[in-house]
Amino acid sequence: MTSSPEATVRRAAPGSSLRQDPLTRGLGVASAALGLPQVTRPADFARSLGVGDAPRHRAVTELVGVRELAAAAGLLGRPHPAWLWGRVCGDAMDISLVARALRHHDGRGLRRTVLTMAGLVVITAVDVYAAVTRTIRKETATPMELTSTTTVTRPPEEVYAFWRQLDRLPTFMAHLEEVRVTGPGRSHWRASAPFGQDVEWDAETTDDVPAQRIAWRSVDGADVPNSGEVRFVPAPGGRGTEVHVTLSYEMPGGALGKAAAKYFGEEPSQQLDDDLRRFKQVLETGEVIRSDGAPRGKQAREEFPQHPARPLTDEERKEVLA
Amino acid sequence: MKANCWVSPNKVEVTDVPDPAILNSRDAIVKITATAICGSDLHLLDGYVPTMQKGDVMGHEFMGEVVEVGPGVDRDKIRVGDRVVVPFPIGCGACFACQNQLWSCCENTNPNAGVAEKMFGHPVAGIYGYSHLTGGFAGGQAEYARVVLADVNPLKIESDLTDEQVLFLSDILPTGYMGAEMCEIADGDVVAVWGAGPVGQFAMDSARVLGAAKVIAIDDVPYRLEMAASQGYETIDYSHTDVRSALLELTGGRGPDKCIDAVGMEATHGAAHVHLYDRAKQAVRSETDRPHALRQAITSCRSGGIVSVIGVYGGFIDKFPAGSWMNRALTLKTGQCHVQRYMRPLLERIERREIDPTRVITHRLPLAEAPHGYDIFKHKKERCEKVVLTP
Repeated sequence: MTSSPEATVRRAAPGSSLRQDPLTRGLGVASAALGLPQVTRPADFARSLGVGDAPRHRAVTELVGVRELAAAAGLLGRPHPAWLWGRVCGDAMDISLVARALRHHDGRGLRRTVLTMAGLVVITAVDVYAAVTRTIRKETATPMELTSTTTVTRPPEEVYAFWRQLDRLPTFMAHLEEVRVTGPGRSHWRASAPFGQDVEWDAETTDDVPAQRIAWRSVDGADVPNSGEVRFVPAPGGRGTEVHVTLSYEMPGGALGKAAAKYFGEEPSQQLDDDLRRFKQVLETGEVIRSDGAPRGKQAREEFPQHPARPLTDEERKEVLA
Repeated sequence: MKANCWVSPNKVEVTDVPDPAILNSRDAIVKITATAICGSDLHLLDGYVPTMQKGDVMGHEFMGEVVEVGPGVDRDKIRVGDRVVVPFPIGCGACFACQNQLWSCCENTNPNAGVAEKMFGHPVAGIYGYSHLTGGFAGGQAEYARVVLADVNPLKIESDLTDEQVLFLSDILPTGYMGAEMCEIADGDVVAVWGAGPVGQFAMDSARVLGAAKVIAIDDVPYRLEMAASQGYETIDYSHTDVRSALLELTGGRGPDKCIDAVGMEATHGAAHVHLYDRAKQAVRSETDRPHALRQAITSCRSGGIVSVIGVYGGFIDKFPAGSWMNRALTLKTGQCHVQRYMRPLLERIERREIDPTRVITHRLPLAEAPHGYDIFKHKKERCEKVVLTP
């Protein structure tokens, strides 16, 4: 059927902002500056830290140097938070190596080794800070865009009028708890988010063309900044109205939050598909269809395995109809 | 109330379940007076249809008396006290599919449409007692049933025909009829029907009513072939006859003009090695359906003919004879029956005595003996062809 909703998710291309990030670049240069003497003159380098130049020390120093050069190449060539986390791992390795050197120290150059350890702790702190902040910044800077569409066998005027009455949206949109009109072009929205939290925001209507288009966006201070648009297009051959929905929002927790939500069965594009399916049901049949297996109607997809396909008890029925 | 429930593969049992009640405003509650076991119930019993759950009420062929209607029901269409036959696919009457008489593809009545869409590409209608893939609606092998969108779907019976005469309007008679109608039978057409179960028998009757010159039944169950022969149809027992040569013999070498697959996903094959191959693939789920009948129908059909598929398939098949189908200009037509489209015209044919649906009934059992009914139907014991249950 042409009217089957088909949601797609578009995410902004991962930004190459790390390339211009001074901290990331600085750490890359530092890796190069350390790695080069470690590889070319391992004996001198080891001595300068006060750990002696036995063949074993030279070999370890050389290996650490290779690792530093790899990190430098990554951070400067193809910046990604993974390289920063790689540095954090390297730091942990270095701290354990120097700690071992301190335990077995023969006393010559001990001061230099202690200073090395202090320096390492500072560098580790900087690396952890860089890795954490760059990871989070990159992820939350990713807005999510969802689109879905369905065809309803009703004229655009009627479909538009139904959507226009915002307080009816929660009857078919699974995650909306309540929409209240608070003034001309203003409304207050309350939705349940993954993991049982509620999010609320105020929205303003940014465009409203009868029988054609409604657009809105959250006003400043929203928990989850978002915007949306729904277009009503006459379907060819008198097939009714195509409803095209686009929603954009900053997914809390970025990719991590999205993955977790998906794990718990709350894939946003599926939600939007199902929301539009129910919108169509309400307009074409008068209400959201309930079955014994999916008696809540609205939350059908989240309920697998479902209630068995047998009639509900009185208590179950009261609960789902409440 | 008592209801026949799915427990696990190969096990159903009659147990106490809550009475159904109105959940949507256009619902009705029907007190069931007659219900039946369908061949496709055996696919559920055998565990070949995914998303069955323990406790699901079985049954999609039922009729009865309306005892309650929801506040949104159009009372000009249906009222308390009406005697109705309930079609197995739930339609809404308002979507593009229903408006185009494709009721079993209704876009609105399956609350689990998202799951069905993942499996089939596009969703299908809700069906009573037929897994959660088709909505998770309780079925009609019970004392009462909730009927959805009651002012659109049920057929009111106002004449004095018996339950047994009209019960099969819920599924198997329209299904068989649609199989024959899809054949676009023309003067002189020979129609071959794979499967002489109840749907196959009705496909044969319908082919004759629609003007077929000759009807051929193909099966390996002797008493089912006898039942077809008693109606004047030619028969081929594939367990000891080569189907291809027999069909060529019966058609002067032309092959049947139209072929109907009334078998579906659990076909058996005369050649043990071919059956074993598909059975093994099915067991390891590398194909879900065994398509022997379909393969044979395609390769047997005369060039330019129509292969009409009403046997149920659920998933994927292997070794589809695409070369035969494409090079010989065959047309493949399919569908779960759009029952609502055929109920009234077929009721008129029953009233005019053109078709006698009661001829396939071999067993009449109380609802409490439903598990026994499944057993004899599945294992073809006691010459079982069709079981009618009475609550």
